[in-house]
Amino acid sequence: MTTNTSPLLSVQDLKVAYGGIHAVKGINLEINKGELVALIGANGAGKTTTLKTLVGMVKPAAGSINFDGKDTARMAPYDFVSQGLVLVPEGRGIFPRLTVEENLQMGAYYRNDKADIAHDLARVYDLFPRLKERMKQLAGTLSGGEQQMVAIGRALMSRPKLLLLDEPSMGLAPIIVQKIFEIIRMIAAEGVTMLLIEQNAKLALETANRGYVMESGLITVADDSKTLLANPAIQSAYLGE
Amino acid sequence: MDHLLQHLINGLVIGSVYALIALGYTMVYGIMQLINFAHGEIVMIGAMVTITCINMLLGANVALPGILLLTIGLAMAIPVSMALGYGIERVAYRPLRNAPRLAPLITAIGLSIVLQQVATLIWGRNYRPFPPILEIKTFEIGGAVITNLQVAIIVLAIVIMAALFFLIERSKLGRAMRATAQNIDVARLMGVNTNTIISLTFVIGSALGAVAGVMVAANYDQAHAYMGFLIGLKAFTAAVLGGIGNLGGAVLGGLVLGIIESLGAGYLSDLTGGVLTSSYKDIFAFAVLILVLLFRPSGLLGERVAERA
Repeated sequence: MTTNTSPLLSVQDLKVAYGGIHAVKGINLEINKGELVALIGANGAGKTTTLKTLVGMVKPAAGSINFDGKDTARMAPYDFVSQGLVLVPEGRGIFPRLTVEENLQMGAYYRNDKADIAHDLARVYDLFPRLKERMKQLAGTLSGGEQQMVAIGRALMSRPKLLLLDEPSMGLAPIIVQKIFEIIRMIAAEGVTMLLIEQNAKLALETANRGYVMESGLITVADDSKTLLANPAIQSAYLGE
Repeated sequence: MDHLLQHLINGLVIGSVYALIALGYTMVYGIMQLINFAHGEIVMIGAMVTITCINMLLGANVALPGILLLTIGLAMAIPVSMALGYGIERVAYRPLRNAPRLAPLITAIGLSIVLQQVATLIWGRNYRPFPPILEIKTFEIGGAVITNLQVAIIVLAIVIMAALFFLIERSKLGRAMRATAQNIDVARLMGVNTNTIISLTFVIGSALGAVAGVMVAANYDQAHAYMGFLIGLKAFTAAVLGGIGNLGGAVLGGLVLGIIESLGAGYLSDLTGGVLTSSYKDIFAFAVLILVLLFRPSGLLGERVAERA
C-alpha cells in the first residue's frame, strides 16, 4: 500500500473537543517514513491532545487521520498498536507493580511470535543495559530516567512504524535528558519514524528533521528544523534567545 | 488444648471459603476500584443452583455416587454464576464506568437486593437443606475432629488458589490483567482489550464464588436466599483485612478472619462469663473490619510500592 511518495501519517483538518473545550481546531500534519518530526508549542497549545488522538485515546470531532494507508480516526484504542502506532505517554505511564521485564513484555502484548519477541527484548536490553540489570525489579521503584527508558523500551517492543513521544524530558535532570535524547537519536538512526512533543524546543529541533509549531489548537509554522532554529520569531517565543 | 485445635481446624475451613470469595471482591476492586456488593449473591446462587440440580437428579432417580452428583451440580452452578457475573458487569457497571464512584456503589447494593428477591421467588424464603448425598467420614487428629468434606474443602481451595495465582502471576493474560489494574489507559495503548479483561475478572471471581457457595452449603448442610449477604460482607471484611486489591492479602485475610471468628465463637462464652454465647460470633468479623479501617486501612498486605514521579 505504501510507497515512498505517500506519507506514513497524514492528518487533515483535525478537530478535537475535550470536555467542551476545542483543544485542536483544525490541523494538518504529515510524517514521512524515517523522519523525526518535532511538535513544539506552549503548555495548553493542544500538543498532547493531538498525540492522544493519533493513538485513539481521544476521538476526533472532525477531520481525517490516515496512517499507513488506513483510516484510523475511529478505530478502537487497543487496535492501534498492532497497526504500528504507539505512544510513550506524558509522565511515562509505566506499570509500577510489574517488573521491568513484564513492562517490556506488555509492549509485545499483541504479538505472538515468541522468538522475535525474545530477539527484540535482547535488543532493548542492548539499548538500555541499565534495564537489563534491573529486569526483575518493580518498575515503580526505578528512578525517573530509568522509568523513561522502560517506557521507550516498551514502545519499541511493539515494533512501531510510528513512535509518538510525549515530553520524554519531563521531570528529568539535564544529564538524564541528554542521555534520553542520545537514545532517541539512536532509535531514529535505526530507521524508526518518530513524532516528538517537547517543552525543550531547542533540544527537540536540534534532534528532529522537521518541526511544527502549535499555538492555541492550530499549527502556525511548519518547516525544516534548521530553518525554525534560525527563525527570530521562534527564537524569541520558544528558544529563549 | 484439643478445643483449641478444633477451633483452628474449623477456622481454617471457613477461612478457605472466605478467601475464595474475598478473591472475587479484591480482583474486581483491583481493576475498577469498585466494591461489587452483588458478589455475595453470586455465591448464594452458586449454592442454590447446585442444590436444585442435585435434587432434580435425585428426583429422576439417577443412581450415581454422591461425589459425582455434587460434581455435576457444581458444573451447572459455575457457568450460571459466571454468566451472572458477566451480565452484572455488562448491564449494571459498564454504563457507569465514567460516573462518580458513588453511582456504581449504590448500583451494587441495589443489585444485591434485586438478586436476593429473585432468589426468594425461585427458591422461596426457607432454608434449603443440602441433599445428604455425601458419605461423611470423620478423622481424629490430636483430639480434634475433621471430616472428609472439610479436608476436601481445604484441598480444593488450595488447588483453585494456586491455579489463580499461576494465571495472574505467570500467564500473559494475567500480566494484561495486572497491567489493566495499574494503568488502564496505557494497557489499552499496548493493545489490551480492557473491556474483555474487566469481563473476565468478573467471570473468574464469580466462578470462585460459586465454588465457595457450594462449600458453605455442603459444610453447613443448608443454603438460603439471604445467605449471600452475611458471607459476602464477611469475605469483603477479609479482603479489606488483607489489603483490598491484593490477591495474597485476600487469602491471608480470609484465613485470619476464619480463625479469629472460630476462636472467638469458641471462647466467647467463657470470656464474657456466659453473657454472650457463640451465636454472637459475627461480632468478631465486624469488630475486625472496624479495627482495620481505624488502624490499618491499607490492610495487612496493602502496602503499595511507592510510585516515583
